[in-house]
Amino acid sequence: MVVGVLLLGVIYSMPNIFPPDPAVQITFNSSGGSFNDRVVEKIKFNAEKEKINFSSVENDEKSILFRTNNYDDQIKLKQHFEESLDNNFVIALNLAPNTPEWLKSLNAFPMKLGLDLRGGVHFLLEADTDLLIEAKLESAISNLKRILRDLSLKPRALEIENTSILISLNTQQDEELLSEAVQSLNGFDLESLNSSDYRLRLTEEELEQMIDYAVLQNLNTLRNRVNELGISEPVVQRQGAKRISIQLPGVQDTAEAKKIIGKTANLEFRLEAANRISLASRIDKFPFNGRDVNLEKRLIISGDQVSDASVGYDENGFPQVNISLDSEGGAKMHRSTRNNVGTKMAVLFVERKSRTELINGIPEVINFFEKRIISLATIQSALASQFRITGLDSPEEASELALLLRAGALAAPMDFVEEGTIGPSLGADNIKLGIQSLLLGLGLVLLFMIFYYKIFGLIANLAVVLNIVLIVSAMSILSATLTLPGIAGIVLTIGMAVDANVLIFSRIREELKNSLKPQDAISAGYDRALITIIDANLTTLIVAVILYVVGTGPIQGFAITLSIGILTSMFTAILFTRMMVYFIYGRRKEIEKLWI
Amino acid sequence: MDLTNIGFMKIRRQTTILSIILIVISIYSLFVNKLNFGLDFTGGSLIEIRLTEDIDSLEEIRGLLQSMNLNDFQVNYFGSNRDISIKVPGGDNSIDEDVLIQNLKQDFDFEVRRQEFVGPQVGSELRDQGGLGLLAALAVMMVYIMFRFQYKFALGALLALVHDVVIVLGFFSFFSLDFDLSVLAAILAVIGYSLNDTIVVSDRVRENFRKKRRSDSEIAINRSLSQMIGRTLITSLTTLLVLIALLIFGGETISNFSIALIVGVISGTYSSIYIVCNTLLSLKVTSEDLMIRKTEVLDDGMP
Repeated sequence: MVVGVLLLGVIYSMPNIFPPDPAVQITFNSSGGSFNDRVVEKIKFNAEKEKINFSSVENDEKSILFRTNNYDDQIKLKQHFEESLDNNFVIALNLAPNTPEWLKSLNAFPMKLGLDLRGGVHFLLEADTDLLIEAKLESAISNLKRILRDLSLKPRALEIENTSILISLNTQQDEELLSEAVQSLNGFDLESLNSSDYRLRLTEEELEQMIDYAVLQNLNTLRNRVNELGISEPVVQRQGAKRISIQLPGVQDTAEAKKIIGKTANLEFRLEAANRISLASRIDKFPFNGRDVNLEKRLIISGDQVSDASVGYDENGFPQVNISLDSEGGAKMHRSTRNNVGTKMAVLFVERKSRTELINGIPEVINFFEKRIISLATIQSALASQFRITGLDSPEEASELALLLRAGALAAPMDFVEEGTIGPSLGADNIKLGIQSLLLGLGLVLLFMIFYYKIFGLIANLAVVLNIVLIVSAMSILSATLTLPGIAGIVLTIGMAVDANVLIFSRIREELKNSLKPQDAISAGYDRALITIIDANLTTLIVAVILYVVGTGPIQGFAITLSIGILTSMFTAILFTRMMVYFIYGRRKEIEKLWI
Repeated sequence: MDLTNIGFMKIRRQTTILSIILIVISIYSLFVNKLNFGLDFTGGSLIEIRLTEDIDSLEEIRGLLQSMNLNDFQVNYFGSNRDISIKVPGGDNSIDEDVLIQNLKQDFDFEVRRQEFVGPQVGSELRDQGGLGLLAALAVMMVYIMFRFQYKFALGALLALVHDVVIVLGFFSFFSLDFDLSVLAAILAVIGYSLNDTIVVSDRVRENFRKKRRSDSEIAINRSLSQMIGRTLITSLTTLLVLIALLIFGGETISNFSIALIVGVISGTYSSIYIVCNTLLSLKVTSEDLMIRKTEVLDDGMP
């Protein structure tokens, strides 16, 4: 059994021996393009012309991968591509694994490296739930009005106050009707303030469910957007109730990534207000080409109903976005446009922005929506589920808009609450320093053990080395991510793993002093130390598990390697060393002296 | 050398006074100097840059930041004379790092090594979460020791853990070292380590009490400690060897982590001997406390 586990450990830790190549990856920015041999040859030729060294090129339809020999070449190559390729391509730094085929066929892959070890960008976004609640309350009010009308009950007032709806009735007799109406609205609690005023509040469960749903939806959308960026191994994870964390290895430009991820952009399609319904309460004014345009407040559809969008060029060579709507959107579009041929339809680009303002001397982040008309065109005929937007400023704007429409809108607006960039050189330094100190610490411990415990020290050393192999293979099998605190965790387990052996060996020495025979001293040493070791390791494991549950990011990285390390160290320090000791001393009947 | 019976407990009064002095200094420093919370907890922005050449003075960079109407910032060397870290706390001073980098680029030639922004909300939440983690860790340990040993041991272990945590915190406050997430991780690891030590010592105390029911408590504890001192010192020494290697060669990013663990390991080793056993003696632990009850089985049920 012991041998089997060790063999598995060795095999699955092997992919980590082959260092990955620094590489540059080029992908298409939109889902449309694909690489053919001619394009690949051309990009390759241009890079060769610039005398930038790269070792090999691999490509499939979606991406090209240039492997290089060192980080300097990698940066040079990236700069070259950034200057020479247009923005239809996404260029990202990458670490291309060098796992041999036979290991790949065993499903053995190297462990993943965290951003702190390979460089990249990370973001933490938080959903703005206030807006979500507001929207929910608004729709509840309009529903409630309808239901109350059906019950022929006319409230004196019905308005939103903070996160609840205030209702005032004319007579108390109407209370029964009101509670009946509220019952048909799901997820609300009615609270009576006094004889005629009532407060309607979202129930806790409803609120939780709503936020949960919105965040899940956003998670999906953000995944799509990140995938559109074409970066290898991105991580998009939910973190807590309202947050989503995004890690983009190899990306260095926060601004660029933020532009795509963070945009809570949406589109609104609205009709220009005809003069006959120019009631001020039903129109919005927007400037467009130097004049004000009146638009109806009511939307025809919004960006959520776009099922596909792609960039194209019209007959004059101007960029346009071709849009396909889902069936519901298509039907709505048709209904609204068929009676309005000759009227103008506006496409509004809605972007959520924030600014910091001093309010009573305290800075506060204020979020607001910026809406601008990007196209205003006369409806030539009834539109359906396929149509196009023209009048865009540049091909870049067109491709960005298409991307955002394709990747979907966010269910709740999200704010950046944390962001960070780690340069590739810092990542490489961190790996180097981490491994150096690991090796040095290991070397010192190994020397000390041999000096102090002789043969037994040698066995313990073998156990410590195997322990590291097992940690690495467990990390690889679980595809856990190794971070700098993770390396620190491994370093710590080395120190602590030795403790188990020290406990056993010092116990054996003690038993020898109590003039037990060597054979008996060995088994007494192992047996008596076992309880102590298990007690001690179990408590440390408890700490590691708590760290993992409570902590985030770096703390979790530390907790993972620490818990794996504790488990594997119990295996190597107890089972493996015992096996070795029996292998050396077990078969001899009488031993005069133990080398301990 | 006869290691079988060293009078560890002879100096218990002196060590108690030493512990009290250290704890008072730590708490005083925590109140006066406070903890120098890192970016992870306060929120704000951090930029680490590597200049193409060494610079002798940071005044020029400080001046530039002042000219941007920033005031509460910190500019420091970070490991060498060309690695600079710039910290701007969040809140009323928030900046756009990209703008700052662009401004710096006009006067200096550098590479951005790291750039972080933490929103104030995240920071304070993390602080609460971290404190909660500490408390949760302490509570679970207590229950575990009460279950495995006895309440007197649990109390001793708790005092030892509080002692270690307070001293590490006090050390960071006294020398105004940055207290960030990695230090919090280190403190939790210290709890694990100190507990490990405490349990190993307590285990032996329990064993000796059970062996010789009628002996004097102080003698039994001294005997236990003498038997374990070799192991305790070796384990601390090997762990410290690794940690010192980490401190010297692990780079600036994990140096505070290593410092916290080094202080914690030293304090943990000391506390498992003096704090735990002192508490046991003060609570008049007797062999009756450790009689094997019928329900308790020596076998852990573990392989």
